[in-house]
Amino acid sequence: MKHYDKLIFELSRPGRKGYELPADRYDTDGLKEIPADLMRKEDLGLPEVSELDVVRHYTNLSNKNFGVDTGFYPLGSCTMKYNPKINEEVAAMADFAAIHPLQNPETVQGALELYYNLQHALSSLAGLAEFTLNPYAGAHGELTGLMVMRRYHESRGDNKRTKVIVPNSAHGTNPASAMVAGLEVVEVKSKPNGSIDVEDLKPLLDDTIAGIMMTNPNTLGMFETEILKIAKLVHEAGGLLYYDGANLNPLLGKVRPGDMGFDIMHINLHKTFSTPHGGGGPGSGPVGVVEHLREFLPNPRVRKGEDGKFTVDFGKDSLGSVSTFFGNFGVMMKAYAYILTLGKEGIRNVGPMATLNANYIKENLKNDYLLPIEGVCKHEFVFDGLKDKSTGVTTLNVAKRLLDYGFHAPTIYFPLLFHESMMIEPTETESIETLDEFIEVLHKVAKEARENPDAVKDAPLTTSVRHLDETGAAKNPILTYKSLKAQQ
Amino acid sequence: MSKILDDIRYADSHEWVRLEGDIATVGITDYAQHALGDIVYVDMPEVGDEVTKGEDFGAVESVKAASDLLSPVSGEVVEINEALEDEPGLVNQDAFGNWIMKVKVNDPSEIDTLLDAAAYAKICEE
Repeated sequence: MKHYDKLIFELSRPGRKGYELPADRYDTDGLKEIPADLMRKEDLGLPEVSELDVVRHYTNLSNKNFGVDTGFYPLGSCTMKYNPKINEEVAAMADFAAIHPLQNPETVQGALELYYNLQHALSSLAGLAEFTLNPYAGAHGELTGLMVMRRYHESRGDNKRTKVIVPNSAHGTNPASAMVAGLEVVEVKSKPNGSIDVEDLKPLLDDTIAGIMMTNPNTLGMFETEILKIAKLVHEAGGLLYYDGANLNPLLGKVRPGDMGFDIMHINLHKTFSTPHGGGGPGSGPVGVVEHLREFLPNPRVRKGEDGKFTVDFGKDSLGSVSTFFGNFGVMMKAYAYILTLGKEGIRNVGPMATLNANYIKENLKNDYLLPIEGVCKHEFVFDGLKDKSTGVTTLNVAKRLLDYGFHAPTIYFPLLFHESMMIEPTETESIETLDEFIEVLHKVAKEARENPDAVKDAPLTTSVRHLDETGAAKNPILTYKSLKAQQ
Repeated sequence: MSKILDDIRYADSHEWVRLEGDIATVGITDYAQHALGDIVYVDMPEVGDEVTKGEDFGAVESVKAASDLLSPVSGEVVEINEALEDEPGLVNQDAFGNWIMKVKVNDPSEIDTLLDAAAYAKICEE
């Protein structure tokens, strides 16, 4: 079953099914009650398969999957750390998993307490006053944070502030979220090491600036050393600072965004706090704010009364709801389990280990791969392709070749600051043996690129699908079974 | 490496301009198409749109990234290269032959502020 690539529709046979219902002895055909004009005219077109068909189909598909549980996944900017199984066990506890969001708060005190405690744990790790856990993921958190920013300026009658400054090295979600939030994007240049060019920033700071979006360490994995200066300049101009929490991992328990001067931030529980992401999500993107922005946070909120009881609150100054109820509650349980498992000391070891692992890989590979920014990085770093580009082997080729050796590819062609970007983030959960194996393989690929470049350009050779036609896929996407059938 | 023509002008954001009378023909450079890789979509303005020097008039999307196109001149769009709608890859084949838009410029002397071939070549080397 190595190259299983069937669709479940192809297994379908008329009349085949995985169940059998007893005969209807009481003439209870509910369909008779439905008005004729509301009835479907056509068949639903669902596959007709047996239970065994379904089990084999999805098991075979899952065997084609690659995840953190299968192998090393150094996808830069994504923090693909191991997802501890105790998190899953906790999140599956029926006492939590079986409750309903419309239950009387009196009857779900434990769930509300968990929400409240996680909120407080994040607040103390971030150095901010309060978190909402309601947003569904990182970009949703960005949007929520920017809505808070807008609401803050509007509440002061300051309607001129319609622009958000975003570095040209930013994650693509930053300008996208600003646009969705109805704000205009102004780009600020980066210096060669990816940090913000303060001289380029100064002239942009006027009374039309709502705020600035930054991540620290920046996209190249370097710590933004002028952050206090930048915070002062932005605040003096009346703007707010937004922290994109995608790169929080190296700072966890060591440096707090609130102390750096940030007013609003989001955290990706599915990155920093070890909950699954990618196909295994869903995510969760809590948003934290400083004291004077608390009242703008989305509804609903959890409050703790003086009697120790938890209540659900809808604030009148809130920007409204951004999710159904409290967002992805199961993800919060996993993140909370992670925080409690690590404890205060454990949490402080996350950043240094992630940083050590990234620097270990970087230093061991920089003789074969072009390192544009020298110096100690944080949790991730960027190579600008192979050092020796004379044989025409590109970053894409190297990434595909890595698949042959059983590794997930790093993030490629991001950031756009370089032409052949290859962004590597090992995370703290990998052993030195895994890192050594990865380093050895990348050396081997560099050697192949010099001695037998065509083999690298043809990669991958051992995966279930070979070199994909990316241009064709972008120009003529086949996204549904129907359009596949139409093409055949 | 990349081709650079001597008789046209360049913006540091990698667009080229050829001025004939008050009509400027605009495209992206060979260096730009090479850096972007296989182009899968060219987002073009509409005829009649006003474009402003330094501001975006469209975008090119490749398998690697999407990049804004910044207009090297100010004026009114009088023609777009419709062939790119179906075959955006033409830009990869010949970036200087396959222009993106033609603009009736407000001020033909504006082109003098753009880079010449030698100055542009220097930027590409960096």
